[in-house]
Amino acid sequence: MKCSEFLHELTNYLDGVLDEPTKVELENHLSWCHNCYVVCDTTKKTIEIYRDSQLYELPENLRTRLRSAIMAKCQQYKKRGPESV
Amino acid sequence: MGAIQNKLEGPVTDELTLVQAAKKGDDSAFEELVRRYDRNVFRIAQHITQNREDAEDVVQEAFLKAYSNLAKFQEQSKFYTWLVRIAVNEALMKLRRKKPERTVSLDEDIKTEDDSLPREIADWSPNPEQQYTQAELREILSKTIQGLPPGFRTVFVLRDVEGLSTEETAAALELSVPAVKSRLLRARLQLRERLGRFFQKRENGHAKSEHANSEHGNGGDGNGGDGEQ
Repeated sequence: MKCSEFLHELTNYLDGVLDEPTKVELENHLSWCHNCYVVCDTTKKTIEIYRDSQLYELPENLRTRLRSAIMAKCQQYKKRGPESV
Repeated sequence: MGAIQNKLEGPVTDELTLVQAAKKGDDSAFEELVRRYDRNVFRIAQHITQNREDAEDVVQEAFLKAYSNLAKFQEQSKFYTWLVRIAVNEALMKLRRKKPERTVSLDEDIKTEDDSLPREIADWSPNPEQQYTQAELREILSKTIQGLPPGFRTVFVLRDVEGLSTEETAAALELSVPAVKSRLLRARLQLRERLGRFFQKRENGHAKSEHANSEHGNGGDGNGGDGEQ
């Protein structure tokens, strides 16, 4: 497996959807190619950091305000139809 | 001996029950759906629009649109996927209004050749996020993802932050599965490379800069001149 082939399969590998022979081939490549190992490892970390980051959390007070506004508009829509909102 | 009791309803059944109740006019059921997904919609909207006020608008507009179109919702797909699709469209519309000089599209053809080979292969510190305070880290992550074209960051957010499957992401964005996979790979690699500037191993207080070998060295950051799509 060449580095470009490894890269082509990286997303499938990280998502755990590779078939067994390709996975074995890829892991064999990773065992000797340091650059691809680093790319694989830091890409995985990238995903984990974003997943755990709690970026753009909705504060509870804003959440309540938004929900009230949404439900009020829904009521308006129900009573007066599409033109009302 | 009675029949085996029904299993507790899982989240999917719950969602369907709520949707059916809401369709029959039960607004408290709809409010429960809002409660369940408002945080997700807000996150997705802010990632796409890059603006908090716009994200607030998108949350309201997306739920109102879902409410007013609920009768049209076919229950073959998940309500959440349908809602995400509405929210993404609303968010993209906001973005288009703000940046009319740039075409904001999700279905633009993106090169998938080897031009996405990373050029920067430096390793990271073992726990890179611990080098920064929470506030600094958020700033770094936010700025970094904002640098991606909307089509890339939307796929990354749906797949990797919100945890939608590839198929759900494809359905929500009206893209093919291969298109989602290709964008996801590019997004992940670009983010990795950009974060590397902050997270690289440091030696004597300086970020370590290793140059890529020749095979990895021809790539650019995979942006390939796409810019903002």
